[in-house]
Parts: sequence; C-alpha cells; structure tokens
Amino acid sequence: MDLKELYRDVILDHNRHPRNFGRIEPADGRADGHNPLCGDRLSVFVVLDGERVADIRFEGKGCAISTASASLMTEAVKGKDRTAIRALFDKVHALLTRADAAPDGALGKLAALSGVREFPVRVKCASLCWHTLNAALEHGAATISTE
Amino acid sequence: MAANVSLAAAPPYDAERVRRDFPILDTMVNGHPLVYLDSAASSQRPLAVLRAVEDYETHSHANVHRGVHALSQAATAAYEGARERVRRFINARTTREIIFVRGTTEGINLVAQAYARPRLRAGDEILISALEHHANIVPWQMVCEQTGCTLKVAPINRRGELQLEEFLKLLNPRTRLVAVAHVSNALGTVLPVKRIIEAAHGFGAVVLIDGAQAVPHSRVDVRALGADFYAFSGHKLYGPTGIGVLYGREELLAAMPPWQAGGDMILTVSFEKTTYNELPWKFEAGTPNMSGAVGLAAAMDYLESLGVEAIAAHEQRLLQLATAELARLPEIDIIGTAAHKASVLSFTMKGVHPHDLGTILDAEGVAVRTGHHCAMPVMTFFGLPATARASFGCYNTERDVASLVQALGKAREVFA
Repeated sequence: MDLKELYRDVILDHNRHPRNFGRIEPADGRADGHNPLCGDRLSVFVVLDGERVADIRFEGKGCAISTASASLMTEAVKGKDRTAIRALFDKVHALLTRADAAPDGALGKLAALSGVREFPVRVKCASLCWHTLNAALEHGAATISTE
Repeated sequence: MAANVSLAAAPPYDAERVRRDFPILDTMVNGHPLVYLDSAASSQRPLAVLRAVEDYETHSHANVHRGVHALSQAATAAYEGARERVRRFINARTTREIIFVRGTTEGINLVAQAYARPRLRAGDEILISALEHHANIVPWQMVCEQTGCTLKVAPINRRGELQLEEFLKLLNPRTRLVAVAHVSNALGTVLPVKRIIEAAHGFGAVVLIDGAQAVPHSRVDVRALGADFYAFSGHKLYGPTGIGVLYGREELLAAMPPWQAGGDMILTVSFEKTTYNELPWKFEAGTPNMSGAVGLAAAMDYLESLGVEAIAAHEQRLLQLATAELARLPEIDIIGTAAHKASVLSFTMKGVHPHDLGTILDAEGVAVRTGHHCAMPVMTFFGLPATARASFGCYNTERDVASLVQALGKAREVFA
C-alpha cells in the first residue's frame, strides 16, 4: 500500500488548484452528487453544443481524490461528445476497479488515478464526479448518490 | 507520609497488561502494528468475552424459556443470569427493568414506538439536543410524523457544549419527552444528564438517555441519575454486536404495549384473545440473542475486574495527553472543546480532508473514524463536512497517542 501511488503530484496539484471550478448559470445540464459516507458533495454544470460538451464546470467540497478527479474530468471531457465521454467513463471505471486494467493512452492525465484501485473504499470518491456528469448529461438536473 | 503510603498501595493502571487480553490488538495493518483509536465506533473484545460466547455455544445452547430439557434450562439460566448481571452493572431495581435489544438504536426505537407514539398528540413536544446521533433524532421525527407532535432542539455552543439555559427555557408543560445523549459520540461532550432529568421531571416529562458512549467510560447508576429510560449497546462496551440494553422504569414499561409480537412475548394465545407476557419478556418477541447477552455479561465482569473508575481515569489521562499533543500542531483544529469530555478527540487538519487523513493514518496502521459520525447536524453547526475522530478505550496507551501524532506528521508530509 503506497500512499505515493494514491497521492501523485498530479492529484495533489488538481486538489490544490482545481481546474474549471465554479458554476455556470444558466447551464444546459446540472446535477448534484453526494457521497454520504464522507459527506462529499459536488455539482457539475454543462453547456452543450448539440452532442458536444462545449463548457463544463464543477464546484463542491470533497477529499483530494474527489476534487482532483472532478478537476481532471472537466479537462478531459471539454469539447468531447456524449459518445466519447461515455467511452472515456468506461475506461476510467476500468482503471479504478480492475487490477488488470492496461494503461490506455486515451486516458491522458486521468491515468494518475490508477493508484485509487489499491484503496477500494476510495473508488467512490474518484467516480462520484463521473456519475454526476452522467446525470447532468442524461437528465438535465438530478441528484445522485454513491450509496 | 500516610498519604504517600496509601497512594503507593493503589496499583497503577497497567494498560500493557490489559492489551494482552485483546488478541486482535496484535494485528499488523499495512505493515504496522495496529493502533486502534476507534473504540467509540466499536470496541474490541477481550478473551474473556470471546471465551464466554464460545463456552455458551459449545456447552449451553438451546432455545430459552421453552424446553424442560437440560440444555434449554442451561441456556435460560445463562440468558437470565446475564440480565441480572446487567441489572447490577447499572444498578437497576429489578431485572424486570432490563430489556435486551439489538443495540442502542433499537432501544430508542422501542421507546419511540411503544411509549411515545401511543401517548403523544399534536401540540405535545419532544425535546432533544443539537448533539444527538441520528439514532436519537430520526426515531423522534418519525413519532412527530405519526402523531403530529413537535420536535424541539436545544442548541450547543462553539465548544460543543449543550446550552443548558436554552435547554431549560425550551422545557414547558407541553414537553412530554426529553431524549439526550449522555456523551456525544461526535465530540465527546459529557452532558449534565442528572440536571436535565431533574428539570424535565419538574415539567412532568419522561427522559430517555442515549448512553451508548457513556457506559464504557463511567460508572452509570440509572437510579442515581433518575433516568426513565436508558439505552446502550454491547459492542461499544467490549461485548458482542447485536446485543444491547434498554433500561426502563418498571412503572412505565408495565403501562406500555408490546412493540413487536411473536413467541416469548405472550402468556396465552387464542384466536379470540392473547395475553402478553410479564416484564421484561413482553418486549422480547422471538428467540433472543442469548450468546450476545452472555458475552455482554462477560464484558461487564471484565470491566469490573479492571475497575470502571480506573479505566475512566486512564482514558482521561490519554485524552488530556492527546489533546495537548494535537493542540501543539498548528495545522490541527480540535472540534469539541467542552470542559467535560470523555474518550473522544475530534479534529480536522488544514488542507487535508478528513477522508484523506483517514486513508493516510490507516497506511500507518492507525485506525480512526472519519466522516460525519452519524451526527450531520453537529457537522453542519461547525460548518464541516466531516472530522477525524480518535477515541480511546481501556487498552490504549501513551504509545498509541504518539503513533497518532507521528501519523499526522506523515499526512502533513504527503500534502506538503
């Protein structure tokens, strides 16, 4: 169990200086995510251009893993269409949960989250933002919970 | 000189010897010896408890109160013997006042549904404190929904103490029931329950005390307190999970309807009329948790062999030491600084979320609770999503405090 694998420099940097942090109002889609286990809350705001996420922001309070994951996610999905985002989520999910997940170039900086899988109770922290983004894209407005 | 002699005669509390009674404390966690600072969530069990449970299961188990055969008699004797042990531990008047339940939560729900629900009406009030665990909030919210009565909440101050004057102002003739913790699980604050009970009785209100966090850390005498109901859990008292106690004054319990129905809680059943069993069995429908009760009784024997007061004094020393050590760290904020606290040290670290802190401490073998501690209103009051909480039990040592401080240094390093 190596803490350095979990708290890599990229993670610590995005935790300290989250990118795309804030609200978009009005937004085309918005969802609130909640992790009752640790009290983490975050909201995701998206502006759509057809199928494409033209802009995205998030705000909330959470642990380093959840904040960094959300920050990395906003950078990764901005400009992508729904299909590409769904494919990326699948890759992130595999990265977080599967010990045999092979490094995937498409993940880019998101690969920094690979250390999370050694800490199963923290997987929810990293995936909360993705579930919240999904809800924002699919339902327009919703509250989702990790429990 | 005489004073010195008598001091020397009192043997010092030997936590190292106590540790040897708890095999789980030898566990290695992530390459480090376990430092268990989460007894407020659930304490570990000494060999005496493990052996009592095993002995019951191996030699004495059958169903209770039913068979005339030898094992059924042995099981009944063990189970009812445990009830008498509990009665002595909290100084209840009679075993008719000792109801075995699954834990504190079930005890509170029993009172909510069997005492409060049939009696309270719109206009009546239930008074709780802002320090309560969810288990002493939600059952009363349900009673309010069911009866139309109102829930009132007495505030706390920034130290995490109940504002007693405000509490007293909220008491009035409409107050039918007061439900407060004896010790706050989130902050460790000890509430002035004797004073609360006296004041509530002055208005004719009945008082339930949530004693889950108090019984492991102090001598509780339900009659000296004057409590009407007092609930606690076995697993926070070095006993098994799935067993707990609801103490209730006989007069109140006798007037309450059963809250669950089934075997053991009846005397006679016909399709026309059923008569309910006597106390305490009226509230124990179905086959009870006999091995749990036996384990709980063994835990009480064990605690008394160490001395409940000696344990409490030892824990106070550790709490004071840990508080002083953490107060020296500029990045640590201690949450809950009541003048009177028991066993619990809640804190946050600047720039490090409690959840990250929990993971880093765990990597060092140090087990603390992180989160809202099932007391979200307390967290909201302090404007925090969560805290880290170290809690001390009879087996913790000054070395454990040093390990905590060292692991906090590690967290500072990771997040530097």
